[in-house]
Amino acid sequence: MADAILEVFRGNQEVGGAKQYTVPITPGMVVLDALHYIQAHLEPDLAVRWNCKAGKCGSCSAEVNGKPRLTCKTRMDALPTDKPITVYPMKSFPVIKDLVTDVSWNYRVNRKIPPFTPKPGTDWKMYQEDMDRVQEFRKCIECFLCQNVCHVVRDHHKKEEFGGPRFFVRVASLEMHPLDNVSRAKLLKDELGIGYCNITKCCTEVCPEEIKITDNAIIPLKERVVDEFYDPIMKLVRKIRGAPKAG
Amino acid sequence: MTNQTKYETHEHDVLIIGAGGAGLRAAIEALAAGARVAVVSKSLLGKAHTVMAEGGIAAAMANVDKADSWKTHFRDTMRGGKLVNNWRMAQLHAQESPERVRELEQWGALFDRTSDGDILQRAFGGHTFKRLCHVGDRTGLEMIRTLQDRGVQLGIDVFMECTVIRLLTDGNRVVGAFGYWREQGRFVVLKAKAVVMATGGIGKAWPVTSNSWECTGDGMALAYEAGADLLDMEFVQFHPTGMVWPPGVQGLLVTEAVRGEGGILRNKLGERFMEKYDPKRMELSTRDLVARSIYTEVKEGRGSEHGGAFLDISHKPPEYVKQKLPSMYHQFKELADVDITKGPMEVGPTCHYMMGGIRVDAETTAASLPGLFAAGESAAGLHGANRLGGNSLSDLVVFGRRAGLEASAFAAKSPAGGIDSGQIAEAEHDMLAPFERGDGENPYTVHRDLQNVMQNLVGIFRTEEDLTTALAELEKLKQRATRLRVEGSRLFNPGWHLARDLKCMLIVSEAVARSALARKESRGAHSRIDCPNPDEQWGKQNNVISREGDRMKLRQIPVKEMPDELRELVADDK
Repeated sequence: MADAILEVFRGNQEVGGAKQYTVPITPGMVVLDALHYIQAHLEPDLAVRWNCKAGKCGSCSAEVNGKPRLTCKTRMDALPTDKPITVYPMKSFPVIKDLVTDVSWNYRVNRKIPPFTPKPGTDWKMYQEDMDRVQEFRKCIECFLCQNVCHVVRDHHKKEEFGGPRFFVRVASLEMHPLDNVSRAKLLKDELGIGYCNITKCCTEVCPEEIKITDNAIIPLKERVVDEFYDPIMKLVRKIRGAPKAG
Repeated sequence: MTNQTKYETHEHDVLIIGAGGAGLRAAIEALAAGARVAVVSKSLLGKAHTVMAEGGIAAAMANVDKADSWKTHFRDTMRGGKLVNNWRMAQLHAQESPERVRELEQWGALFDRTSDGDILQRAFGGHTFKRLCHVGDRTGLEMIRTLQDRGVQLGIDVFMECTVIRLLTDGNRVVGAFGYWREQGRFVVLKAKAVVMATGGIGKAWPVTSNSWECTGDGMALAYEAGADLLDMEFVQFHPTGMVWPPGVQGLLVTEAVRGEGGILRNKLGERFMEKYDPKRMELSTRDLVARSIYTEVKEGRGSEHGGAFLDISHKPPEYVKQKLPSMYHQFKELADVDITKGPMEVGPTCHYMMGGIRVDAETTAASLPGLFAAGESAAGLHGANRLGGNSLSDLVVFGRRAGLEASAFAAKSPAGGIDSGQIAEAEHDMLAPFERGDGENPYTVHRDLQNVMQNLVGIFRTEEDLTTALAELEKLKQRATRLRVEGSRLFNPGWHLARDLKCMLIVSEAVARSALARKESRGAHSRIDCPNPDEQWGKQNNVISREGDRMKLRQIPVKEMPDELRELVADDK
């Protein structure tokens, strides 16, 4: 049986470095299996978050050979074995220990978003064709890989004034819910800083659920913000129609 | 005076242990009732095992099959459970689940639709009518996200990555819990007037399981240690269809929705073998029966290359398969190199669900200790000897809500209990002991050996001989578990955490083996090769496990008698 060398980050925010482990490869093995092997046979205190091991919970995010991935869905046989496989924690979040990062910022952003607010007197009829685009957003498993890879967070550290792709997806799922009745455009503009996004689509590329974050969530939301705050004609139309919500 | 100044301490009216569907639903109800609520979660919020539920939530909405009603759902649940269910739980569940589903929709959940704009419902094993409300094959994610959002909106207080290691009691009343933060390894005292257990199942005691690492029977073990009764512990559900290949994904769930959408099971000879075992219901027979059928086919040499059966949905149009079963499509493509729109999946039984658990009162979810409530998989009674698919998600919201309501009512009329520093000191000492030992076993090794005992001796088919051996082996494992050694520091240390999880798994495993040994018959998920038929007397009684000093005590209680009008509903077809 062939072996792989894994180079795994051990340490915390202040001190730490890579450590190498030799792991036997089994058929169909994923990186998370290799990390579990290390825990069970070599170093039981290696800290890794995981839950379902099936790509459904979004817990096991890390950077494998420099690429942000779910380790449970990263096959060992898809990686070159002539050099060590590097496994590092997500770069945009403070390291708690080893591969475990402090993602609490995401939970704080989430709390800023007004909840689903149905139209009064709705009969709860909805049609599949009106829901398809929202169901795409509801597939999000909150792995936070999109947050991790976004320049605004990763390179410019604008966590205080920016929401990040995950929460644009969440806002989109509410704004485009067929029965929702409030506008979150002001929140997007002022508190979630959607204007910082310059649509480089890095988030879309790393999404394990293949949500078209930029095209289907962020761009339509940017248009809403423009319509609501910067377009004088739309402003007038809204005034006449009294419609609370764009689009 | 006490340790209390030494520890971070929080005080709430209602403490909810577990942040899956039942825990979150309980929290929402308790918050709405005005209680101060804390939810403790072993993982991050939104990652609980509920997230993996795939096929749907069962509720007699009658959107697709107009003839459906709570009565039929009740009948299906009771008959699926082989009539040892708590009938009142089954009745409440069948009556209340449609309203709980509508409520999820009102909180923002988006279920797939019928052409009339109503919630679409699909067929599932053991359900007479198309009854499962669903979102493709990711219903659990939709549900947990909806409950999470609702909870956040109400200002829910969640202690993430915090693990409870002991319930605290004042006399026999439960008055809080002692736990630790995984991040710093620091202990915390959680005082509460009422505690709701919503910790899920025990799949991780078996090596082939659909369950996540969290499912280590915590709630059942903690309740047992505090003195509460456990019920029906012999009834462990093996889901018929888990992945069997490659090894790393062995046990991973293949949703029953594949069969609900028309998937066909075949053996290596190409025979549609369910014709032999249940010609009437075929692939949509109950889970216990389908799991045994696959197991038998494999054992008799008609299995697939890797020891499973073939499950095929490729006769349906590829676009339909991708739309209705998107995560199955991706799961097989990415992890097993199989395109399920073109060829069959290899599947075999996987440990999936615990029908048994904490014994509760049907109306109030109260456990046998004052101040303790339980809901969801950690509680017992609703599913009897075998759970129908889709009845778990509805269980979570029906009884999660009741638990939140009753726990907050109990808290409102109860004074705060006294915290016994001796209990805390004992728990702390036990928890830290593995660090002190210079020499000792790795918890991962003991866990692996426990899993092998459960798989080989307490699996789908059981015998008196195997179960007796299992109990002897468990005794040895218990001894080994007292001599564990943990390396490293207290900071986010999975080895240390496993040392503590092992204790829970060992208690629950013993309860399973003892109950299974006692029940000398085959019923639902409990199959005894040496007693292959149902027994009339055993059909009238449930096994109860409780603690007597350091010993596990087993006794039988009569199955609750159904009122006549309900008895008629579950009677055999004329």
